[in-house]
Amino acid sequence: MDFLLNPLTLVTFFPLLGILVILFINRENKTVIRWVALLTSLITFGISIWVLVLFNPADPDLQMVIDIPWIQVAGWEISYLMGIDGMSILLVLLTTFLTPISILSTWTAVEERVKEFMIFFLMLEIGMVGVFLSLDLFLFYIFWEFTLVPMYFLIGIWGGPNRVYAAVKFFLYTMAGSLLMLLAILWLGISQGTFSVPEIIANGAIPANIQLWLFLAFAAAFAIKVPMWPLHSWLPDAHVEAPTAGSVILAGVLLKMGTYGFLRFNLSMFPSASVQLAPWIAVLAVIGIIYGAMVSYAQKDVKKLVAYSSVSHLGFVMLGLFAINLQGIEGGILQMINHGISTGALFLLVGMIYERRHTRDMDAFGGLWKVMPVYAVLTLIVTLSSMGLPGLNGFVGEFTILLGAFGSDVLNSPWFAALAAIGVILAAVYLLYMFQKLFLGEVDKEENRKLLDMNAREIVTMVPLIILIFWIGLYPSPFFNLMEASVTKLVESIQVAAMAGLP
Amino acid sequence: MTLGDLSANLIKVLPLSIVILWACVLLLVDLFIPKDRKAWTAVLAAVGMLVAMGFSLAQTGVNTEAFGGMLEVDGFSQFLTILVLGSGLVAVMLSYDYLTRLGIQRGEFYVLLMFSISGMMLMAMAADFIVIFLALELLSIPLYILAGFARPRTDSEESAIKYFLLGAFASGFLVYGVAIIFGATGYTGLTEVLMAVDNGSANLGLLAVGAALILVGLSFKVAAVPFHMWTPDVYQGAPSSVTAFMAVGAKVGGFAALMRIFITALGALAIDFTPVLWGIAALTMILGNVVAISQKNIKRMLAYSSIAQAGYIMMALVPYGQKEIMGDVIASALLYLIAYAVMNFAAWAVVISLEKAEGKGLELSDYAGLGKKYPVLAAIMTVSMLSFTGIPPTLGFVGKFYLFRSVVEGGFVWLAIIGVLTSLVSAYYYLRVVIYMYMQDGEPTVHKDNWVYIAAAVTGVGMIVLGIFSLPLLNWAYQAAISAF
Repeated sequence: MDFLLNPLTLVTFFPLLGILVILFINRENKTVIRWVALLTSLITFGISIWVLVLFNPADPDLQMVIDIPWIQVAGWEISYLMGIDGMSILLVLLTTFLTPISILSTWTAVEERVKEFMIFFLMLEIGMVGVFLSLDLFLFYIFWEFTLVPMYFLIGIWGGPNRVYAAVKFFLYTMAGSLLMLLAILWLGISQGTFSVPEIIANGAIPANIQLWLFLAFAAAFAIKVPMWPLHSWLPDAHVEAPTAGSVILAGVLLKMGTYGFLRFNLSMFPSASVQLAPWIAVLAVIGIIYGAMVSYAQKDVKKLVAYSSVSHLGFVMLGLFAINLQGIEGGILQMINHGISTGALFLLVGMIYERRHTRDMDAFGGLWKVMPVYAVLTLIVTLSSMGLPGLNGFVGEFTILLGAFGSDVLNSPWFAALAAIGVILAAVYLLYMFQKLFLGEVDKEENRKLLDMNAREIVTMVPLIILIFWIGLYPSPFFNLMEASVTKLVESIQVAAMAGLP
Repeated sequence: MTLGDLSANLIKVLPLSIVILWACVLLLVDLFIPKDRKAWTAVLAAVGMLVAMGFSLAQTGVNTEAFGGMLEVDGFSQFLTILVLGSGLVAVMLSYDYLTRLGIQRGEFYVLLMFSISGMMLMAMAADFIVIFLALELLSIPLYILAGFARPRTDSEESAIKYFLLGAFASGFLVYGVAIIFGATGYTGLTEVLMAVDNGSANLGLLAVGAALILVGLSFKVAAVPFHMWTPDVYQGAPSSVTAFMAVGAKVGGFAALMRIFITALGALAIDFTPVLWGIAALTMILGNVVAISQKNIKRMLAYSSIAQAGYIMMALVPYGQKEIMGDVIASALLYLIAYAVMNFAAWAVVISLEKAEGKGLELSDYAGLGKKYPVLAAIMTVSMLSFTGIPPTLGFVGKFYLFRSVVEGGFVWLAIIGVLTSLVSAYYYLRVVIYMYMQDGEPTVHKDNWVYIAAAVTGVGMIVLGIFSLPLLNWAYQAAISAF
């Protein structure tokens, strides 16, 4: 029974308790259900803080490992294998941190079928945390694929007018990639005799030409999730139609599952293929950065603008990861967190204005600064953070990534960093354009005059995010410290393996 | 054979003897049960199946042959026996109230069901071509009648006559194949045929022709493309509880025979038949899934989905000639048969709950709003649909995972790719049911019956619990596989 009390099992499965409680609450007791869900997610966050306390940043290896034989018959070697290291701890924290915030944001936005909503939301949390913690490919796949189901319902039931289309598109698109990964997982399981990622890495016995195929199969799943250009077309639909809390989690955490997958599986298990394909991934990443930024600028719908900006920001993350050096990968991981915070905050803000006006068309607004000063200031901070203004979190991540890409031996060309830097400028263009459209100028629409500023609950949802924006921007070293040891080890192992694998 | 020999042999196959005898006696007993008390017949039939199941469980570990090697009692036959008996029990649970509601409550229903089950059990034990033919007829003929049980409803009668004509045709293929194999080898026993092949006395060309004809006959039974034409009409026209049973039972029988025949006797023909099975599996998965997309009627949709599922199981048999992975090939097929049975019954239990007289309540649009009004029923249907698609953590996922594993292990990566891509296609139509239930408004009406609800709940919970704790099932399937071959 020891494994049940392991912090990692607890942090993953604690929401299950909340689900069970909610199941037995009458569906009319909406407030009770909301509180139970919120408390569950807060306790889960508490457990993740406990994990952080137990975590030793100086240790580059996996910690708090649980390894229980699960399905071991006829050559199957499947274990309940979980562990945490510098690459995953921040993402786990991000997930457990964003979940209560998202639940709080639904307090008045979700009035229908609250019971189901909260159940699906907590189910989603289990899936996401499980993805970041599981180290057995079979277990990982279960969590990975399982996240589709609650998200599908969140978009499909509580989404906008075109929600069914968006939900199905989201499901099928993501599943298409996952299935190719499933075959690669099977192949690995058969040829390596185990599904355990650390063991496969330790064996290091995958020939380079096969690594290439396996890399591509895993990349199919992750690239769709990230999403990398040109596989991004599900994202605007899903984001625009999803309810606010869904968008926050989708942008904040689900997309990170893709980038995390590249980091944990592609880079670690297929080092020589990673080195070989890095320039190609970087090309796609840079295209994504610039394309995402340009398309963002063309949007009239604020939510769509933020959605496309994700394509651009995640391009930075991918560029950093595939620079395959310390700065690049560290910047990439930090940028995942930054994007989760900033874009999550932007979606929350968009959700607040949508709740008031039931439109997200930029032309419908203008001069809101005068009507909603608190809202305006917070939006400004978040916008600047997303743009990468020095002193705020976005800058730290993007700058580190650009440094990494610039000095990368693998990419071996300054052009990637140079072109990506254009993306930073473009981000300033579209974000400031949005800000100006919404907040500056005169209040020229009658409906906007009587808009209420943020209420206490809304401010409570935003404050933690704003604190983190400043914290990471001004003093990022605690965050880098957490990942440093693991990333250093990863980079070294890739270099060793790639040397050995390539002629 | 003396009387003593006969009784010794009958005891060796005790579960089968019980089911046949019980069915015969029940036929007589039923005459004395008044028309409005047919629940007794149902209960008696269920008790008979439970007793047989108990004796079958008692045979764990037995590995013997009966009737001079014509029947084989081993882990494989025990696995399938328990599977069909379990399916029979669920079928009784689904049927009783449904038949009353449709005004077709007649005692012979349960007797026919038991006869059909005895045919499936016989098939699981068959080690001789003659017995295989006998078993096929024994399982099919009651099914033909059951398909037309809702007479005088024309679509039920149409379904029965279609099933009968095409089924008889398929049996013809099979029996002709058996005759040719006898000509090619001089034997009808599976092991004797193998011996004749090994010692070179068999005419391999003729043997291949015979095997091809048998494959045609059995592909009919399991509804594999291109021998699937009957499936949608028969599934739609037959009473739903019969369809639910038929979908599982006929597949179990067909695949049991395919596995026994091809793996025991025809390993030498693997070079010729692997590409054929490859083609059948690929075509079945593609056609079943693609055509299911355009179905509006839930019974037709499930019919095409069952065709597709047959393709997935067929996929496991493609590497049947590779001795070293034989355990995985059979075990994955067996496991998927169980998974298929569980998710199939869950879906049909919900269909039966929503079905109304005159074939109403069967359109997908009749499911609109189910999620709001009947959350438990909708949840069970959702889990079943996700399980069919192969989404974790359901039994369907574990089943598919193991199937794909056997295929990849056998070196047929492209077939596995076709398999996963068609799974993706299937997600589209399975999810559509979910869309109707949760994302559209409607006023569905449900007929409540405790037994149907119990069946739905048990299979619904089973899909998830067995999906997570699949080890015992996997173990059992694997033991069954290696004990037999």
